[in-house]
Amino acid sequence: MSKPIKSITNPKLRLEVLTPEEVRKIHEATLWIIEHVGVRFPSKRALDIWQSFGASVDAEKMIVRAKPHLIEEALKQAPASYVLCARDPSQDLPLDGNHVFVGTDGCGVEVLDIETGARRASSLRDVSDIARIADATPEIGFHWVPVSAQDMPPETRGLHEVKSIWENSTKHVQTESIYNEREARAAIEMASAIAGGRDALRKRPLLSLMQCTAPPLGQDGGSLDAALLAAEAGIPTGFMTMAACLTTGPATLAGNLAVGNAEVIAGLALLQLAYPGAPVFYAAAQAAADLRTGAYTGGGPEDFLFGAAQNALADFYNIPLSIGSFATGAKEPNWQAGIENSMSTFMACVSMSDMLLGVGLLHGSRIWSYAQMMMDCEIFSIIHKTMQGIVVDDETLALDTIAAVGPGGNFLSQKHTLKHMRGLFLPQFMDRRPYNEWESKKDDARDWALAKARKTLAEHQPDPLDPKLSAELEKIIEQVSK
Amino acid sequence: MSTELFPKMSQSIIDGDSDAAAALAQQAVESGLDPLEAISKGFVIGVNTVGEAFAKGDAFLPELVMAGEAMKAAIAVLEPEMQKRGTARQILGKVVLATVEGDIHEIGKTLVGTMLSASGFQVYDLGVDVPSAKILAKVKEVDADLVGLSALLTTTMVKQKEVIDVLDKEGLRKKVKVMVGGAPVTRDWVQKIEADGYSEDAIGAVAVAKQLVGAA
Repeated sequence: MSKPIKSITNPKLRLEVLTPEEVRKIHEATLWIIEHVGVRFPSKRALDIWQSFGASVDAEKMIVRAKPHLIEEALKQAPASYVLCARDPSQDLPLDGNHVFVGTDGCGVEVLDIETGARRASSLRDVSDIARIADATPEIGFHWVPVSAQDMPPETRGLHEVKSIWENSTKHVQTESIYNEREARAAIEMASAIAGGRDALRKRPLLSLMQCTAPPLGQDGGSLDAALLAAEAGIPTGFMTMAACLTTGPATLAGNLAVGNAEVIAGLALLQLAYPGAPVFYAAAQAAADLRTGAYTGGGPEDFLFGAAQNALADFYNIPLSIGSFATGAKEPNWQAGIENSMSTFMACVSMSDMLLGVGLLHGSRIWSYAQMMMDCEIFSIIHKTMQGIVVDDETLALDTIAAVGPGGNFLSQKHTLKHMRGLFLPQFMDRRPYNEWESKKDDARDWALAKARKTLAEHQPDPLDPKLSAELEKIIEQVSK
Repeated sequence: MSTELFPKMSQSIIDGDSDAAAALAQQAVESGLDPLEAISKGFVIGVNTVGEAFAKGDAFLPELVMAGEAMKAAIAVLEPEMQKRGTARQILGKVVLATVEGDIHEIGKTLVGTMLSASGFQVYDLGVDVPSAKILAKVKEVDADLVGLSALLTTTMVKQKEVIDVLDKEGLRKKVKVMVGGAPVTRDWVQKIEADGYSEDAIGAVAVAKQLVGAA
């Protein structure tokens, strides 16, 4: 059995990164973009839907231009809150604006081997190992496919990945690695098999889908078809923009927000036009491209600001948000990784993003590190504690105890201390040892985090998936291969 | 019947409940129980339990301190009875403890005292801002095996050296081991003033003290 999932709830800290007036301005700019510039929807099905609702469709360029009211009315259909369900119902995740849940990051292509530390291509075994550790880790609320199962055939890879996670964890599975109609259909069938049929799945969505937009102002055809299928099945679906200042968006932050926002809300509006009331979410991992290399940079002040700003936008539309946090550009677990992952996650948390993505990857979500995974969880725990703020009441003011100790005494042997000391944060990986002890070992957080991952992998036994179900999932995958 | 008290004694230490520990010690005295047995079969079991939990990371500093203080409360009640019987609890050594002259930082020194006392040392805590002469006098008076000197400032740290020099002048340096502590104390400093040992925290101080009296 895994421990109860840790989530941030009832926070005492607040942040206003954008005023309501600024949010409205970005919204209006977004509507102007969708109406006058348009968004590319390279899917026949998507274009047909837009056309049937009276949007202007340039069939040749596959660009849709829609009036503001069409978008606004469509978005009003989206549910404000719903639940991401887990195989184990006690691990369900309410996306209600009052919880922040963390997932594993995705989708990496290399792994720092848990035993040897050597960097190598990722495989299905890594997907299952990571799922197993995530299952046992309370900071992790749900799974993204963390690394690509490159030893599996490309046409069914995404299906093997979700199957493997279901077999190794009872927590909710979200995949960002299924982006065509064929695989989406099979994935929905697999989720139905576990849930006990299509209706049961609609009531308890054990799977959610995240599709990337194609910035600037575009969508991917396969992603659109997969998203429409998912929305039809009642599977929560989001569109994620990664529009970056300088390359796929303007160098200015507000302009880049408007570009990303246009991609996301146009995609979500399409789903609501086709399937009103379908559970959808806003997803974003916007950043600035590096001024020297042009590379996308996870981390940096722009990334941190976007994390909070997009929450303001999602709140404005009253739909749940999944935000890219963590996702450092550092090449190994180091100073840069600590700063980037702490700051981005703090900004996303303090604005109460529903889902954070996610723990474990280095080098711009390319290289999986088990040590980073565990240390990212500790970052979340630190922020989790910080967000609780300071409780001020008679009990916490502790006047009786202060009087009992008096000037010059100490509080170590007070009953009040005993009662409340476990409310203080106790780190797993921070070095608070005497200097001598450190000097004799010269080990640090990275060693302890890796040791913890190894121990968890060796010891944790997830509640298994019924072997009959596993066989059924396998059969569904085989059908796709034919 | 009195053996029923043992688990309760142990529990009073685990709970860090000084009042309960003292009351149980009093009960032991009244029922004619050998104080040494009360300690070894009752109270010490509790101290060991908390110590083990601390080492495993399941118990924290306040619990350790409270256990130490409860132990002290029990011993205080049992001590007169031991004297009456002409017995004494086996102690690992006698320690004179002080924060040096000019320095009023107390908590680290007090913690070390509590830990040493709970581990079987007889501790004479002279408090803070204690002149070297006063420390020397106490060492002579109780025939101390160990001196523990705390200093939190680089400006008062020099007094640790002064105490060592005073002991040396009196010809006590060979007999009395000196351990030092405090945030600015480093291994280099310890070597420079030729102290016998140091620790960066109260838990480590117990190990150092035991080593210095040959009880490790």
